[in-house]
Amino acid sequence: MTPSVIELPVTEDDRRIARYTAAAIALTVAEAALPSPLPGIKPGLANIIVLVVLLRYGWRDAAWVSLLRVVAGSLVIGQLFAPGFFLALAGAVSSLAALFLAAQLPRRWFGAVTISLLAAFAHIGGQLVLARLWLVPHDGVFYLAPLFATAALIFGTINGLIAAHLIMQVETI
Amino acid sequence: MKAVLPDDLREIFSKAGYSGSWHKYLKVGDWLVLFLSCALVVLSYTLLWRGGVADRAIVKRDGQTIIEISLNSASKTRVVGPLGTTVIEVQPGRVRVFSDPGPRQYCVQQGWLTRAGAVAICAPNHITLELNGRGEASYDSLGY
Repeated sequence: MTPSVIELPVTEDDRRIARYTAAAIALTVAEAALPSPLPGIKPGLANIIVLVVLLRYGWRDAAWVSLLRVVAGSLVIGQLFAPGFFLALAGAVSSLAALFLAAQLPRRWFGAVTISLLAAFAHIGGQLVLARLWLVPHDGVFYLAPLFATAALIFGTINGLIAAHLIMQVETI
Repeated sequence: MKAVLPDDLREIFSKAGYSGSWHKYLKVGDWLVLFLSCALVVLSYTLLWRGGVADRAIVKRDGQTIIEISLNSASKTRVVGPLGTTVIEVQPGRVRVFSDPGPRQYCVQQGWLTRAGAVAICAPNHITLELNGRGEASYDSLGY
């Protein structure tokens, strides 16, 4: 009996997604070291990578990077299957839905900042809904919504600007 | 670092500095979305954080108002319910249930109430304590 070799062909797409995901994971880990005034309020720097991937390679690649980032990122910082992991996942899934819709907007009028803001609001929306349904079964969680919305506004704008900057740099190289 | 980063990102990071203004990255639609987002955030504060400054405490037994206490000066008020006496303590700007004969003491553990609309319910003794403020009636409309 000859040992069978299972070969998993790696495409150029796979390599590209893996590299971007690695960059997103690095940002997740760096961000985990930052102090936060309130649990859940984070700049979400990894989303800059997701935005760049969305605008350059489309939604499918962005979804891979975003979801792989959540799973591998929480593995690295020791949060896998902790409540924070599910909150991150809920945020990622709902912001991917927003990214899908936002990517349909005419590029002529709407740039990275719009997409980033919509994703940021969807992100906190998804997290609040999950938190309300599962972690804090009380309407009190919505009391925090304005703070999260403020964070989404600020970081969504900044991340969008950074993504726009990165993309413009890439395209002029 | 070199092996990990995608080629295009590596080139960006190796480029020194940044010049120019952020303006050029914002398209017309972006400004619109940014403006609407700001409005949404302000709206979320006014909708969800509506409770204004409390100015009086209302004590009810079986839904009937028994006494209204001003929050301007410190006082202790005794209210008698089916189980015994509930003591309400007021200090300037805040109020709490100081003691209650109920078995689980939820309303006592709630501590100080400071916001208009906050409620402490001592269900076993049929007493509720709520804070009322001018908050909701203090304006006719808001403009931004």
